[in-house]
Order: sequence, then structure tokens, then C-alpha cells
Amino acid sequence: MRIFGRVSQEQIVFGLAVLLCIGFAVSLPGFLTASNVLNLVRSVSILGILGVAMGLVVIGRGIDLSLVALMAVSVAWMLNLVGSGMPLPQALAVGLAFSLLVGAVNGWFVAYAEVPAIFATLAMGTLIYGFGRYFLFALDVAYIPDAAKPLLWLGQGTLLGVPVPIYVFAAVCIAGYLFLRYARSGRYLRAVGDNLAAARITGVPVRPIIVLQYLLSSMIGFLAGIVTAASVASMNTRLALSTYVYDVILVVVLGGIGLSGGKGGIRNVVVGTLLIGVLLNGMTIMDIQYTVQNVIKGVLLLTAIVIDTIVNPRDEQTAQQGDI
Amino acid sequence: MRLFKTLLISAAVALGAGAALAQEGIDDPTRAAYYDSFVGKRVAYVPVAMGFDLTEGWAMGLREALEPLGVTFDIRDPNWNTDAGAQAITSLISEKPDVIVVHNPDVQSYARLLKKAEEAGIYVIQVNMRSSYSTDAFVGADYVGMGEQIGQRLVDKCSPANGGSGKVAITQGVLTAAASIYQMQGINNVLSKHPEIQLVSNQAADWDSTKAKNIAATVIQQHPDLCAIAGFWDVMDIGTAAAIKESGKNVYLLTQGGGNRMACDNLANGTFSEVVVYFVPGQARDMATMIKHLLQLKQPAGTTKTTLFTPLNFLTKDNMTAASCWDLPAKG
Repeated sequence: MRIFGRVSQEQIVFGLAVLLCIGFAVSLPGFLTASNVLNLVRSVSILGILGVAMGLVVIGRGIDLSLVALMAVSVAWMLNLVGSGMPLPQALAVGLAFSLLVGAVNGWFVAYAEVPAIFATLAMGTLIYGFGRYFLFALDVAYIPDAAKPLLWLGQGTLLGVPVPIYVFAAVCIAGYLFLRYARSGRYLRAVGDNLAAARITGVPVRPIIVLQYLLSSMIGFLAGIVTAASVASMNTRLALSTYVYDVILVVVLGGIGLSGGKGGIRNVVVGTLLIGVLLNGMTIMDIQYTVQNVIKGVLLLTAIVIDTIVNPRDEQTAQQGDI
Repeated sequence: MRLFKTLLISAAVALGAGAALAQEGIDDPTRAAYYDSFVGKRVAYVPVAMGFDLTEGWAMGLREALEPLGVTFDIRDPNWNTDAGAQAITSLISEKPDVIVVHNPDVQSYARLLKKAEEAGIYVIQVNMRSSYSTDAFVGADYVGMGEQIGQRLVDKCSPANGGSGKVAITQGVLTAAASIYQMQGINNVLSKHPEIQLVSNQAADWDSTKAKNIAATVIQQHPDLCAIAGFWDVMDIGTAAAIKESGKNVYLLTQGGGNRMACDNLANGTFSEVVVYFVPGQARDMATMIKHLLQLKQPAGTTKTTLFTPLNFLTKDNMTAASCWDLPAKG
């Protein structure tokens, strides 16, 4: 174990991604071309943006299972509002406000009502989807109406030959990094995630910081939703019922942000996203069926967790508190 | 003579009475029976989920056809959950409606329940996706035939003899759905006779436009000379279309669906190249007709098995008209 002592999970996963890359580059003609690499990153950039949102919450020792449902419902509602004649900026504001409101409620449940995050957000995800389907729109899929066409650029445009979603992903990563590194609340967030009791004793406003986590994740989620809708010219709210949110968690955990909180950063999300991107792209080129792809993804997640457990054994604190 | 006179008079009376009756209007002999056979009847509808064009369109058509006759129309929405659907059918069997309309998520899940329902005396009509158990009626597309026609279109468009590259890709929905299984069988029937057509990718996108987009983007990347993509649902293929648009390549996109307005809009603006339409209001009408037929015949459930294949319409920008697609009323 000594040899592995210094190797973090992030490095293991990064190494794995590089190995896969080399393997695919040798065996699959056309894998290592500039256009395929761009396509690869583009195809996972939304997953990456959501990964940053989830990563921030997980670093703060929470989890947000309502992330995808909220994203789907708020953006679909926003599109329906535009379709029924509301000006685009106003509809965007309403959608974002709705998203933030739900985020705040999530945060309140976790921070003040002290409901475990996993239950609060799981219930919220179901609630939001049902609420949306019943009150906000009739059809599962919301198409981008003509008035919202300017948004398409965010999902389908290119800038200097690089697809715009990649820029959005990069921007969210940089913002997330700066927040965690330099903002006071960013540092507090990590402190709360690492040891809530200690943070409270040192005078960190623990509960507002927890609410902040969920506000951030719902805000980034809304942005990811707009990019999703723009890239396929529609928003499928059925995403809320899919296992997509677990893919997001996969990216976060795979990258090495421990579910016990306080560990890791944005770099981990990037590494996890890249590995998934390389894997999905390679498997699609090899024409492997989607169901088999799921098996491979699952095995990979388990492997990453096992390696993590061996390399970073549970410490005393986690043993007492348990993982989420 | 007396007899003759009596006969004459009675004939005159009869004629007169007849004429009088004719003036009041002869009753249509089947009219009363027709309306009587529907009063107080109940039809239950179990789609895979409400909230998308097909199931909403069927519900709208059935409601419009049946409710004015005094038939109660119920919707049980399992929202993509097969277990919830099975429970809905189980509870319906004990509630004993007169007819159940079922939209099967796959060929196996409901088969035994549908048999039970028929044994309990409930007529069962299946729509668009078949179960392995045949019931009183099936209304929907002939997916094997549809697959064969799609295969033939791919050959026509992409065969090197016609100037294509011969490379085609297929994006399925869910592998176990009847629509996917039977259609692939049909497509394979045709492609197996045409070795010049190369199927470079055959993937399932789980009816999800984002997955469809990523698959299409990668396939086009790997095969820049790709000639055509056949997708299995227009709602999902919005994503495929986005990938084609981004690549800037000229790929023929042949998709399919219920003919909602969205399909025509996207044909008009060039997002789709061709859409195979099984016209949903027509299917709803077929189902309503079958229901009326069964309720009037009053034979025990399961006595007859009828299949009504929906006529298919291959729509392109050039042959579509304003009436080719239909609209769902907006929810107020």
C-alpha cells in the first residue's frame, strides 16, 4: 500500500482516461482527430456543468438528487412561457427565479429542518416533476419556440471552431474554481463539508452556507438546462425520471470528490467528465449497444469506488458519521 | 265479392296508414338499438404515459368519439412505469369496465393480464404496440412492413448505383419495444438482400434526444460520407437532426411518428428529410369504430380477433399538405 500512498483517486482516474485514450487512438481510426476530440468534449460538456453543480454540493457534504428534475422542469416551463408570448428575457428571469426558489427550499430543509440531504432532495425531485407536469405544462417535451431561437447559439453554435457548450463548461469550471479557492463563502463551504461541528465552533455561519450550496446547484443546473435545450432544440422533461442524475454523481465520485465531503475540487469533476466522455465516445464508435454501455459504466464506477476505499481508508470521523 | 271489397278496403286503410306513417317519418330500425348499446358503458385507457403527442392524440380522438354517446372515458396514466401499468390493469379487471384500451410498453409485460381481462368479460383493444397475446383488436402500424419500406427507402436513397455512399445508420428507441423489434426485422429483411448497403451503426437512444444527438454526432464523425440515418421516433430525432446540422454534412434523415404538427414544421424547415406517419387521429377513429362494433355485437370478449393496420404515409417537404399533420389543442 505504501506505493499507492501518494496516488489520489483523481490521478488514478486521469491515468485510466489517458490509458483508454491511447488504447482507442491505436485501435480506432479516427478517434484522435481534432474534430472527434472536440465532439467528445462537447458531448459531455453538459454532464460536466451538472457535475460542477453536484460537486459543489457534495464538497459541502450534501447531495442534490433534484438537480436534473429541477433543470428539466424549470427550463421546460421557461420555453412554454416564451411559446405563449412572454418576452425571452422575462421568461428567463422567471425560470431562474423558480429554480432558485426550489434550491432555497431544498437548502432550508437540509440546513434548518435538518432533513438528511438525500431524502429531502429525492422527494423534491419527484415533487417538482409532478408539480410541473400537472400545473406548468401538458406535454413531456417542450420545443424551442421561434422567439427563443437566439438561445440555440448556446447549444449549437461554434466560436473559433470550438462548440459553444465547451466554452460554457470551461466558464462554469473556472467560476467554480475561483469560488472555492478565493471566495470566503467558498472556503466556508469546504469547511462545513469537512467538519460541520468544528466549522460552527469557529464561527462559520453553517446553515446559510448550506442553503447557499443548493442555491448554487440550482442556478448552475438552470444554465445546464438551457444549454441542453439549445443543443437539441427541445427539453424533454422525462429526463427527470431517468437515471441521468446518477450519471452526474458518477462523474463526481469517479473524479474523486468523496461523498463524505470536504474533499476534492473542480479539477476532479473535469477528470471524471473526461473519462466518461472518452469511454462513451469510444464505445459509440465501436457500435456497442447502449445497454452494454451501461454495464461497462457501472463496473467502472464500482472499480473506482473500490480503489478509493483501498487507497483512502475510512478515517475515524467518517466511520462515526457514516457516508451520506 | 264481399271478400274482394273487404280486401280492397283493408288495403286502402293499410296504404293510408302507411302514408300517414311515412309522413311522420319511419323510424330507422337500428337507431334506438345503436344508442342503447352505449348508454352507461365505460371505456378505460392505459397508455404507457400521457404527456406526449401519440397518447394525448389517441385520448382526444377516443373522447370525442365516445363521450357524446354517453360512454364514460377514463385514463389511467402509469407514467412510463410498467409496474404501475400492470397494477392499473389489475384493478380495472376487478372494476369491470366494458372496454380496456391498452398501449403496451413491451411485448411481454401485460400479456397475462390482458388474457385475464378478456376472461373477465372485458373487451381489450391494443394500440400501436402489440403484446405477445392477441386480444379482440389491434390498431396500429404494421411495423414489419414499415421496416421493409424504410429499408427500401434507404436502399433507394443510398445505394451506390443511385449515387449514394451506401453507408446508413439506425437509431432505435428501446430495444425491447415492439416498435423496435418488428421494425428491425423488416429493415433486415431488405438490407440482407442488398450487400452494397452498409449498416455502420445501429444503436438505441432510449427515446432520448440528447443520446440520439451524441450517437449521431459520433457516427457522422467516423463516417463523414454517411448517407442516411433512420430514426425510430421524430421527438427523439430532433436531437439527431441537431447533430446533422452541426456537422454541416448532407445526411438524409428518415424518421417516423404520429404526424403531430411538429413533424410537418420540421419537414418544412428542413430539419427532417422524410417522416413516416401513422396518422394518430385515424388510429383513434379506428379504435372508436372497433369499440362501437364490439359493444353492438355483444359477443363474449375474446371471441373475435381483428387486426387493423394503420395506413402509412411517407411525408416529405414536397408531398405534404396542410392536412398531413394534426394539432393538439393547447392546455389552457
